[in-house]
Amino acid sequence: MADNAEILSGLAEIVEEVAGIDAGDVAAEKSFVDDLDIDSLSMVEIAVQAEDKFGVKIPDEQLAELKTVGDAVDYIAKNQ
Amino acid sequence: MTAKLNLAPVVPGARIIGMGSYQPEKIVTNDDLAQRVDTNDQWIRERVGIVERRVAAEDELLVAMAAEAGRLAVKDSGLAPTDVDTVIVATCTMPFPIPNAAAQVADRIGVVAPGAFDLNAACAGFSYAMGTGADLIRAGSARNVLVIGAEKLTDWLDWDDRSTCIIFADGAGAAVLSAAPDAESVGVGPVAWGSAGDMHAAIEVRPHNNALAQEGQAVFRWATTKIAPVALRAIELAGLTPADIDVLVPHQANLRIVEAIAKKLRAKGAREDMVVADDIVHSGNTSSASIPLALDHMRATGRIESGDVALLVGFGAGLSYAGQVVVCP
Repeated sequence: MADNAEILSGLAEIVEEVAGIDAGDVAAEKSFVDDLDIDSLSMVEIAVQAEDKFGVKIPDEQLAELKTVGDAVDYIAKNQ
Repeated sequence: MTAKLNLAPVVPGARIIGMGSYQPEKIVTNDDLAQRVDTNDQWIRERVGIVERRVAAEDELLVAMAAEAGRLAVKDSGLAPTDVDTVIVATCTMPFPIPNAAAQVADRIGVVAPGAFDLNAACAGFSYAMGTGADLIRAGSARNVLVIGAEKLTDWLDWDDRSTCIIFADGAGAAVLSAAPDAESVGVGPVAWGSAGDMHAAIEVRPHNNALAQEGQAVFRWATTKIAPVALRAIELAGLTPADIDVLVPHQANLRIVEAIAKKLRAKGAREDMVVADDIVHSGNTSSASIPLALDHMRATGRIESGDVALLVGFGAGLSYAGQVVVCP
């Protein structure tokens, strides 16, 4: 089980790989769409990789609810 | 009584001996679409990779497009139309279910009394038809098979639905398969195919407007995770490894899906210099026509050479999917 800090850094690596955004910019308060400029298809790729990495399921309906990086970290922490 | 039934002698397999394609004249740009729906050129390029697409005239029939692609493929093969004994048209966009396209297409190009049938596996249709045609030849049921993928998707679009009207387009592509004289000249590998009917609603024509609707995110997730394994299975069935593939021709659904599949195959050993089809940029998503259109265009521009080993993989409504390794003519 990863703690929240580990989830955040793991997620930041995935975001960097998928969307080319520096992992250092991926902070909990950032909005995926408004701050990081990540589109819905890249969100799917990030979700698929996060599922593999953290052993969680992130269905499309749930994905739409994850507005910020912090939302995603909390969801993964609760469901891993 | 008991009867022993004769079967045709089995032949080593099939190979592609000719290709052809046809696209309507009319080009529709992203800016043209932005006049009608709330979208823009940059958004379309980033999300699906399309710059322009071809749209058939209102009176331009699917069977006419299919026949022109088929005629060119037969000409390219060096066969006479009368040498062709079987015609398979992969399509999911005929205006009516009866009659089928294949018999009319055969008649239009002078193929006399062939076995002729349509095959609906949507965007996987061309690979399904190639697999079927090659196996008919191998079993001795056919000798020269004309395989065509042809679609007039714009008959089934809601031009006010920006999630679909920016993606789909019209066209036809064809290949002639013929019996290989020996095992060394077999040029169509075994088909790896399957379906996921539990996801049938993800891409469907909706009855209220007879228009195609697609759950974009669900299909994107499926295509970017489930199709690379199908491609790898096709390579394995052919007795090859990913490094043997010269050209990757996935169904031209969305450039980002194409790139995701290429990335997954490279992670499994496909070469960096493997050519990856990007015909969607100027052709749009033409469902069953997209793979043969891409192949034919890449041959014409020299990106594919005779003897190149190409991996075809189609996927779409059904959901259905199919892939195989072929040797380019």
